[in-house]
Amino acid sequence: MSEIGNEARRAAERVARDSYGRLVAFLAARTRDVAGAEDALAEAFASALKSWPDDGVPDNPDAWLLTVARRRQTDAARRRYTRTAGEVHIQLMAEELEDAAAHPDAIPDRRLALMFACAHPAIERGMRAPMILQTILGLTAIDIAAAFLIPPATMGQRLVRAKTRIKDAGIPFSIPEREDLPDRLDAVLEAIYAAYAKGWTEIGDAAADRLADEAIWLGRLVVSLLPDEPEAKGMLALMLYAEARRPARRDADGLYVPLEQQDIALWDEPQVMAAEALLRAANRAGPTGRYQIEAAIQSAHIARRVTGQANWPTIVTLYDVLLQLTNSPVVILNRAAALGERDGPEAALTSLDTIADDKRMADYQPYWAARGHFAARAGRKDEAHEAFTLAIGLSSDEAVRQYLSGQRTALNDG
Amino acid sequence: MRYMLLIHHDDEALAKAPPSLWGEYAAFREALLKAGAGTPGERLGSSKDGKSVTRRSGTPEILDGPYADTKEQFAGYVMLDVPDLDAAIAWAARCPSAQYGTVEVRPIWPTREP
Repeated sequence: MSEIGNEARRAAERVARDSYGRLVAFLAARTRDVAGAEDALAEAFASALKSWPDDGVPDNPDAWLLTVARRRQTDAARRRYTRTAGEVHIQLMAEELEDAAAHPDAIPDRRLALMFACAHPAIERGMRAPMILQTILGLTAIDIAAAFLIPPATMGQRLVRAKTRIKDAGIPFSIPEREDLPDRLDAVLEAIYAAYAKGWTEIGDAAADRLADEAIWLGRLVVSLLPDEPEAKGMLALMLYAEARRPARRDADGLYVPLEQQDIALWDEPQVMAAEALLRAANRAGPTGRYQIEAAIQSAHIARRVTGQANWPTIVTLYDVLLQLTNSPVVILNRAAALGERDGPEAALTSLDTIADDKRMADYQPYWAARGHFAARAGRKDEAHEAFTLAIGLSSDEAVRQYLSGQRTALNDG
Repeated sequence: MRYMLLIHHDDEALAKAPPSLWGEYAAFREALLKAGAGTPGERLGSSKDGKSVTRRSGTPEILDGPYADTKEQFAGYVMLDVPDLDAAIAWAARCPSAQYGTVEVRPIWPTREP
């Protein structure tokens, strides 16, 4: 397909997806039947993706999708619900579709409520991101499974189970009250960020690249629906900082390039600016949470753009704050790396020693890569060799593996 | 949960793999042991040197060569002891052979309750 054709397709996908999520959320809000709502819209969505790239996106996409869905939904729902209880459901759905199709401009946006349902504490943590990706964006189980390294059939079963749970456990479709909002919003943000992180780590994998785009789209959606929440802005900023550096993560030969050695000219300026603006807005608005701090750390990293050097003292201080919030060994690891830049390799290694016995680090590739890096700089060759070897063994990314092998070979030359 | 990674290789593809594969294997084995996630198994000799034995009618029948006439042959294994299937799949993805062949993840049949 030509570049213009691709562009039309992408534009159509975006609009269709926006409508899709809105309609699923709208239809499922009363019945809490996510699967039923998806069934009603599946064919309409598929024909939209077929015809919109060629015919253009309709003026009112919601109305278009509803019209197609309405024609097909009753039969599909009848096949699905054979008992009396199903009739009530079909009736409800038909009425809602009828009503909404008559006034498509007045369809309320309940996507936020749907996201809160998908990230409800009663839903298994690992399934929250896949649920949001499927219900809001209409991603297939196959696409989601590919990005999450889970067999497609297993992913499909888990999604069905989570949807059944929403229906059977009576998980509410609502935006939590003020006092519960921060905690519950955190679960939504965590799910979206988990999707982004999956899309970030797997490089050169189309499914993963796409997932990163989708996560950013979801981040924008949450910011637009909850404009007063600083953490939502913080998370979006965090994703945009990372995204801005995407083109610089590989050199011309496809080899991995660590952050400190990336070519600044390859960083995407508009995305950096957007991230900085979001971070400023978030900081103005209120209390400082995890995502705001992590975004601030990214901002201090890219200070190199202006000053020629990352602002390591600030980065260490920010990690101190983050550590108080999370107490996670990964934060200690990242802090140790920043400490190494500020105070030298021995300081980093001493800090890494404090988490050496943490079982979670035993198969955590970045831990061993960091150990290797600082042991090499401290001149402890044997220790560096062993750490690089473990990091190589724990990599599933060929570019990272090659980079680490190069580092290990360089030990003998230095 | 115990799992076995069954490594299947196409002999031709393996012959084309760079020699660095074996260094990566050494690193993979070391990481596996260090993480306490399992025990490295063995690499098998060529399937061409294998024999297949059956005893359907009382007398053993012995055939030369590969058991199945497929391109990818069973080439080695790794034993895992990890919390769940997701962890087993993560180790399979790290296995250097995943790049040149197929790494099958199979649960070990529980012979007795722990």
